[in-house]
Amino acid sequence: MLLEVRDLHVEFHTREGVAKAVNGVNYSVAEGETLAVLGESGSGKSVTAQAIMGILDMPPGKIAGGEILFKDQDLLKLKPEERRRIRGQEMAMIFQDALSSLNPVLTVGQQLGEMFVVHRGMSRKDARTKAVELMDRVRIPAAKERVGQYPHQFSGGMRQRIMIAMAMALEPSLIIADEPTTALDVTVQAQVMELLAELQRELNTGLILITHDLGVVADVADKIAVMYAGRIVETAPVHDIYKAPAHPYTKGLLQSIPRLDQKGRELYAIKGLPPNLTRIPPGCAFNPRCPMARDVCRSDVPPLYEVDERRRSACHFWKETLDAR
Amino acid sequence: MHADRDESAGTGGAAGSTLLSKARQDAVTPYTEGDPILQVRDLAKHYPLTQGILFKRQIGAVRAVDGVDFDLYAGETLGIVGESGCGKSTVAKMLVHLERPTAGAIRYKGEDIAKLSGRALKAVRRNIQMVFQDPYTSLNPRMTVGDIIGEPYEIHPEVAPKGSRRQKVQDLLDVVGLNPEYINRYPHQFSGGQRQRIGIARGLALNPEIIVADEPVSALDVSVQAQVVNLLDRLQAEFSLSFVFIAHDLSIVRHISDRVGVMYLGRIVEIGSDAEIYDHPTHPYTQALLSAVPVPDPTARDHRERIILHGDVPSPANIPSGCRFRTRCWKARERCELEVPLLAVPAEFRLVDTPARHDSACHFAEEKRVVPPEGELEVPGPAERGSTEREPGEQPGGTVREPGDKPGSAGPGPGQQGSAGGEA
Repeated sequence: MLLEVRDLHVEFHTREGVAKAVNGVNYSVAEGETLAVLGESGSGKSVTAQAIMGILDMPPGKIAGGEILFKDQDLLKLKPEERRRIRGQEMAMIFQDALSSLNPVLTVGQQLGEMFVVHRGMSRKDARTKAVELMDRVRIPAAKERVGQYPHQFSGGMRQRIMIAMAMALEPSLIIADEPTTALDVTVQAQVMELLAELQRELNTGLILITHDLGVVADVADKIAVMYAGRIVETAPVHDIYKAPAHPYTKGLLQSIPRLDQKGRELYAIKGLPPNLTRIPPGCAFNPRCPMARDVCRSDVPPLYEVDERRRSACHFWKETLDAR
Repeated sequence: MHADRDESAGTGGAAGSTLLSKARQDAVTPYTEGDPILQVRDLAKHYPLTQGILFKRQIGAVRAVDGVDFDLYAGETLGIVGESGCGKSTVAKMLVHLERPTAGAIRYKGEDIAKLSGRALKAVRRNIQMVFQDPYTSLNPRMTVGDIIGEPYEIHPEVAPKGSRRQKVQDLLDVVGLNPEYINRYPHQFSGGQRQRIGIARGLALNPEIIVADEPVSALDVSVQAQVVNLLDRLQAEFSLSFVFIAHDLSIVRHISDRVGVMYLGRIVEIGSDAEIYDHPTHPYTQALLSAVPVPDPTARDHRERIILHGDVPSPANIPSGCRFRTRCWKARERCELEVPLLAVPAEFRLVDTPARHDSACHFAEEKRVVPPEGELEVPGPAERGSTEREPGEQPGGTVREPGDKPGSAGPGPGQQGSAGGEA
């Protein structure tokens, strides 16, 4: 296994109390595999990613427990300089907002080349040649001329390609993409996702795709982890989850999105709101919004039940949910 | 309370229209029932590009909107989709008169509001209200909810006399599914979805006939989006509103719209009923757009055809000659460079009775289905929805409130609240 997150806990210490952003998350990614982490804002999907990358703001953040095994090595036990070596070289991240993740006062060529200067000890001149190569590879037209331009001179789709180029530069074995296409238009999103998939295939990279878009997930993922209030509520291979969700939250999400191929009836709406992370309800965190909630849901935290050997659901009534489709 | 609203709508509307007809009877084309309530003709907004400091001269123009035509009928929802920069938001702003058009007409019941000013404009504006995209920036953080929703009455006191305003605002809160007791709270005490409900209540305050909603749900989380979309659907039926619904999310637009217009670089390139556009598109841009939308179904992955467009949208300051889509179109030929295609039923479909017979601005229009037909893909069935979908508030005559959807005390995260507290 390329990456294994085991029982990860992350807390944020705020004035209102301790916000438990991640409460015992387990997931794994193999080489060449795409894991989609699905969840709404505040579900802890990005915080988990930041903990893996080692870019969590600490304080206020704090890793309260767990292990992050990358190539059988616990990242949380490494020294900062060892982690820095892994970051960028072995694992890289693509952020949602390319404009604010790129440095506005450096040319894209300098930013792309920096990877080679820092990690590979190349000269500036060689690094620039490498930058042009990378820009060609992510299909930026006229790369030679554009290598000296600044981020604001590129369109949104182009900037996201540069982010991808930067992440792919040192051919890492794991890439984490946090909402990589959320800020883009659909036609551009299609271009970018296609490019990402192609490079992933070429380099056999493991990919963690963090998103809230059920459409994008269906298009590219091999398996899915659905997060809610800092926990994984369901993990399954992509086909199973869309065919028959085993958790009421997943089911609600799937039913609540309008579809391109259907004229609307009334949409199913999950009632209420996601919980405040400083006051997660006892028992199952989803119980106040769940149509199936019973007494046991309000008192006992559901473990991740084994549905079959590749599927888990954190619902006391996963069997009913599965059958009720 | 609904009866009361309808009544006031009736009297208010009548007062407004007599005022108008007295003012400029001659300038008004007579409006009869069944005519479009809003007719947009050749609407354009050009922002000049200037050079020089002292002697400014115009060196060009950003043609944000460049000749848009459509009709809106009473009680229908017209969806307008397009990518960022296509001019859809500028159209919305012109409809509510936040921007003055460079050219063209916006006829509300036969009268061109683009040319109105002063009292006549004020009277018309009352009937066309807007719901904005971002519920975080479109509500004044220093005003209470009651003041925000009640502010329209300061400008149009004829709708609600001073004494009745508080009651009116509370009724509105109730209609959009918020607790009327929250009238004295501030926007930061509400979640995103609740704030959007406040924005909608403000839009409804003056009993408008038309609501222009510019990306009303795109800032919301998936599970909250559905709540707000359902609310808009219900309000439309309840108050017989006409909607102009502007969004970039094609699935939501299909869900809510009766007719859909697709915009590209300042123009509508195709317009028709939702089935015509989604199941029988004839313009290559519409086809590319639809094929690019990810469908939430992994089985569609392998057999769905994807049209990947190359390149970016050209700058609206430098629009290509002829057909503006030709630079990205795989069908482009010489004719597309020379001749601007008009938005009309293409010649090849004019005489046949098919859903492809709708307006499409392409010289080489042909039908191509890119969205798989309904039922071909597997969907988790809406089984046992009966017990869950009907929330207490949705029953006719009941109060409209969603159980968990109550504001919490000022929580730390934006709009998050302990649902345990909310349920209590």
